[in-house]
Amino acid sequence: MHVPDGFIDVPTSAAFLGVAAVGVGVSLRGARRELDERTAPMAGLVAAFVFAVQMLNFPVAAGTSGHLLGGALAAILVGPYTAVLCVSVVLLVQGIFFADGGLTALGLNITNMALIAVPVAWLTFRLLRRVLPATRFGVLAATAVAAFVSVPASAVGFVVEYAIGGTTQVPLPTVLVAMGGVHLLIGIGEAVITTLTVGAVLAARPDLVYGARDLVPRLELRPAPANG
Amino acid sequence: MGQGHLHRLHRPGDTVIHRLPPQTKLVALFAFVVLVVLTPREAFWAFGAYALLLTAVVALAEIPSRVVARRALVEVPFVLFAVLLPFVTPGPEVEVLGLSLSTEGLLGAWNILAKATLGVVASIVLAATTEPRSLLLGLERLRLPSMLVQIASFMLRYADVILGEMERMRVARESRGFHARHLGQARVLAQSAGALFIRAYERGERVHLAMLSRGYTGTMPVLDSVGATTREWTTALVLPAAALVVAASAWVVTR
Repeated sequence: MHVPDGFIDVPTSAAFLGVAAVGVGVSLRGARRELDERTAPMAGLVAAFVFAVQMLNFPVAAGTSGHLLGGALAAILVGPYTAVLCVSVVLLVQGIFFADGGLTALGLNITNMALIAVPVAWLTFRLLRRVLPATRFGVLAATAVAAFVSVPASAVGFVVEYAIGGTTQVPLPTVLVAMGGVHLLIGIGEAVITTLTVGAVLAARPDLVYGARDLVPRLELRPAPANG
Repeated sequence: MGQGHLHRLHRPGDTVIHRLPPQTKLVALFAFVVLVVLTPREAFWAFGAYALLLTAVVALAEIPSRVVARRALVEVPFVLFAVLLPFVTPGPEVEVLGLSLSTEGLLGAWNILAKATLGVVASIVLAATTEPRSLLLGLERLRLPSMLVQIASFMLRYADVILGEMERMRVARESRGFHARHLGQARVLAQSAGALFIRAYERGERVHLAMLSRGYTGTMPVLDSVGATTREWTTALVLPAAALVVAASAWVVTR
């Protein structure tokens, strides 16, 4: 759910627009390391993928459906910096072209869904990969936890913004419990779908999973058998 | 260019609003929304004035009101949230139709609904009167990093292709009798998502190679620069100027 206009006051929104600008600026530099001069077309296509996959509705229960947020998925598939850029661009396009998320709230939305969700997912993923065995199972387990954690983390980002500049008087604990509770549930769905999707890519093209490049066996030179 | 899906957002026309350079519209509507958000919520009449201003712009741009109404549905989740506010906010309460609602919550709900709706309509006007590509050029004129603009333009250009692939996968699934009913079947959908990623990534690689073979060096050539004259800026800034008058009087009255 994207923050609309009028939910958080203007000074706070402006401050987080600054935070978002710095974060995206850092990611622009970082993405050049992940993708070099391929950044524009590759990140553009991955952003289109994130955009499309957010429209893919998954049945949850009793007729309700949810969709992927995609921060953790993008981070594990293409690397954290590129993922921040892709999610930010998706939010920018949704805000400007689809009126989804307010223009003044763009900084807030980018902070929550790109600058918090992506690094939290990536750091969790890296940390767990270090502990878990370097196998397909290890990667998928780390993916599940990372995707799960990223959703409530981004909700906590919203609660912090609300505490600083919320325009309504709902007490903070109520907001924290409501946002946290709902997003723990969403996080479970995110974990299931992200894990299955990473698993599907891992089965077909393991070399495309940025977070599991170490699993791809290195090519080695072997002398050809001497048979003429 | 494959912009069918996004292209539907744009309603071609030749009105004053359509002809304004994109960067002037971006600045004008952004300033308008900032002023709306800054307005104290107790100044109910001010929001009526803003709504009149926006209605005038919608009329000038010849956007049918049903189009605006249909696209405004994106804010439904927040309407639901706002409806809950009067029930969960503590403080003095008033009786409305037999329900005791918190005054503070009612004001909060009004605040979110009024400001979010005005913001949504402002975005709708922007997208309806400006081609996606020129909107991106406008963003570039406003100093958005050109790499970000390039990523956004690739995204817009290929969003339809990727959505089309997703649609074909759905047709393929359903023609084989698959219909998702519960989360246990998410595996099938996730496999589609995985295949979609691989196709998007490989398409990106092909696009990059095609660009390299046509001399791409990391920046895109600017084919049509969209400079804005003082006159165009003045026209565009009429809206935020009027909004500033409203906002200023709202501040004075509520102080």
